[in-house]
Amino acid sequence: MSAQVETLSNPETDIQSDAKLAVQWRDPVVSALMVVLTLLLASMSKGQSNISFRGASTWFEGGIWTIPAAGTGWLMFGVALVCTGIIWYRSLGRRHVSGWLLVVVGVAFVITFLVWVVADRTSASLPVVSLLAGGLMFATPLVFGALSGVVNERSGVINIAIEGQLLLGAFAGVVFASMFNNPWVGLIGAPLAGMALGALLAWFAITFRTENIVVGVVLNMLAVGFTSFLFSTLLKNSPHLNQPMKLPVIRIPFLADIPIIGPVLFRQTILVYLMYAAVIVMQFLLFNSRWGLRLRASGEKPQAADTVGIKVNRIRWHSVLLGGALAGMGGAIFTIGQDLAFSKNMAAGNGFIALAAMILGRWNPTGALAAALLFGFATNLGAVMQSVGAPIPAEYVLMTPYIVTILAVAGFVGAVRPPAAEGVPYP
Amino acid sequence: MSNAATLTPIEPPTRDVPGSEPNAQDENWVHKLLRLFFNPSAATVTFAILLALVIGALIVVFFDPDVQATMGYFFQRPSDFFSEAGRAFTSFFSALVRGAIFDWNQPTFSQAIRPATESIVRAIPLIIGGLAIALSFTAGLFNIGVQGQIILGAIFGGYVGLAFDLPPFIHLLAAVFAAIVGGAIWGFIPGILKARLGANEVIVTIMLNSIALLLMQALLSTETFKGPGGYAGKSMSIGTNAAYPLILGHGFRLHFGFIVAVIASFFLWWLLDRSTFGFELRAAGANPRAAETAGINVRRTMMLTLVLSGALAGLAASAPVLGTEKGLSVGLAGTIGFDAITVALLGKSRPVGVFFAGLLFGALNAGGALMQSSAGIPVDIVQITQAIIVLAIAGSEAVRWMRQRRKQDERTVEKVDAADSTDRSAKTNGAVA
Repeated sequence: MSAQVETLSNPETDIQSDAKLAVQWRDPVVSALMVVLTLLLASMSKGQSNISFRGASTWFEGGIWTIPAAGTGWLMFGVALVCTGIIWYRSLGRRHVSGWLLVVVGVAFVITFLVWVVADRTSASLPVVSLLAGGLMFATPLVFGALSGVVNERSGVINIAIEGQLLLGAFAGVVFASMFNNPWVGLIGAPLAGMALGALLAWFAITFRTENIVVGVVLNMLAVGFTSFLFSTLLKNSPHLNQPMKLPVIRIPFLADIPIIGPVLFRQTILVYLMYAAVIVMQFLLFNSRWGLRLRASGEKPQAADTVGIKVNRIRWHSVLLGGALAGMGGAIFTIGQDLAFSKNMAAGNGFIALAAMILGRWNPTGALAAALLFGFATNLGAVMQSVGAPIPAEYVLMTPYIVTILAVAGFVGAVRPPAAEGVPYP
Repeated sequence: MSNAATLTPIEPPTRDVPGSEPNAQDENWVHKLLRLFFNPSAATVTFAILLALVIGALIVVFFDPDVQATMGYFFQRPSDFFSEAGRAFTSFFSALVRGAIFDWNQPTFSQAIRPATESIVRAIPLIIGGLAIALSFTAGLFNIGVQGQIILGAIFGGYVGLAFDLPPFIHLLAAVFAAIVGGAIWGFIPGILKARLGANEVIVTIMLNSIALLLMQALLSTETFKGPGGYAGKSMSIGTNAAYPLILGHGFRLHFGFIVAVIASFFLWWLLDRSTFGFELRAAGANPRAAETAGINVRRTMMLTLVLSGALAGLAASAPVLGTEKGLSVGLAGTIGFDAITVALLGKSRPVGVFFAGLLFGALNAGGALMQSSAGIPVDIVQITQAIIVLAIAGSEAVRWMRQRRKQDERTVEKVDAADSTDRSAKTNGAVA
């Protein structure tokens, strides 16, 4: 009988020759693109680059390192090329590619870019610590906005009005702080204002069952118009209500002295620390608590949730109010977090970037944090480039968050699946 | 997203609405006309507009500095408060009418009716932009990216206008064509991504808005656009041959763009009501699965819709670039893209509705400009009023819908009760027999 088996042509190899696993093209293509760009930048780098590590720690004085721009560029190119080679080899062999390889290529590209920006400039230096710290600060309103979006959309309500909530938070933060001459009072007013807009959104989207996206766009217009109107009337006639107030920078004693990451992470205002707490708490609550389970059920299959006795619309109302509070808190950074008085249209599109961060982060708080950090870093890099006088217009760097989001939504960074019942009123 | 976007509440999937609309084929044109003007929907819209204007006026009154001063001693002399409040209230409406329709303070008749022409001039980009969004809403797509498409149309049209020197009619035509192409390209990107990869067009268009703004900022600091010795943020003027001709002479700003807006409205009506593509578009918007079953290529239709919507938005850009500003500046697109969304919602995504809604919002804008210059009322009140109009309509529609549903529920309960009682009597009769 074994002889019979051996004379049969082996069906497995015949089938296998026709059916191969599809190549995952995302990693190879993206890394190849970054390697090509690294090559271009390395070949364009000349002279020396000044990298300033001032403020890196209180233990020692971080000075200015002068490194050869071209040499660093080519070194990074070499590293990126090796990693890209590994990625291509493993992808074409249909084997699992570690995500860290792409991260290494990305980091090499960013380093080359940064070195190229200040290449051959004797007077300009790249401030690493303030670049990272500023990036984190820029990212904080995005994180709060993205958390707001996550909570809302996970429960089933699409919130396009994050921009308006950020703006109202900025407005209320500075007005409350000026009224009581104490920036900490602004921390109470900002979430309340965000919640007010959230209440309007909830009323129209949940109770009136209006199209969520339409309501969000209109509420944005209302928020922009209302704050601009108040700026031109109330704040102009009573300037004592619009004084720049700053929340003190709080240094966490030991942690702030860790070189480079210490001052970046642990020498910030209370709002940044609240952001850390919010991300951790929200991540835990959404995925490890009963409340979170009910919320996610309301957004995925409200009919099933209703069957079990979950009050879907009440949960949606609560989540929209909570989201409004989070976004309002994030808006406070624009005024009392930065010692600025309110000015028209202060949110400047950050609400939409926060939406993008939410999507790129796959509707998870930690994913949203990572995406927002990326976007905040890109925004701050654009600002630094403008101050340093970079070779290319800073606007092209400022476009990166938006382009990356489009690529994410188009599926180039993996499938993007929103909550199933988002935007659909219940019942 | 399988229903056309409007302000009416989203219907639950299992409900149907039996016999609530009169049979359309039994009406003659008189009935249709009467229904158009006196239906509950028109009353809702009129009520919403009046309510929004009153609320806007009350906001202005409340924050007027003179009124606030009298509030301090309200209980000693309430008459002061009421007289100041009344003054502020009437000055709101009088400035609105004087800025939007007829200015009785002007010496000559032609200057007195200039406000009406101002309203029309400001309405032109709103009408065409509103048509662009109405088109996408009818197909069930949310083209929030009209702002970015307008910017791209402005860039393309402005470039052709200022970089070339062509004979009179041709230059204008080329610039308008370039504007349409620019907008169409910016509509093509979300279109192809949605058709091929299923990307959510709301997010893609919102991102493209920001990219377009940054692109315009970057371009306006280059030599090509600002010219030698120019300032960053403002381009050179376009050639005189590329500008829209004025159609009421030099006393007024009304330009040929108004005719373009009228033609565009007719075009959209023809497209949606009379063409095959319009039928496919409406079918895809109403029920994509049914349309797919009927043989309509829904994804291709959606892509073409976004391209066409972008093209119309590019055409809308031609109004400020070639008509009023005759050049490019960073703030050129302003808030036209978002105002156009409210125009389309107010006009219920029908070309006729969008046309008149655009005129209304153009009038509000013109009135707002005079309110700012003569009464010191910040022009942002116009945006607040527009938003309140849309919210008021949404609220009224919702209240009407909920009342209708309650009536249906009561009728169903009556029917069930009636059926129950006949059942019961039948059973007892059967038992006795």
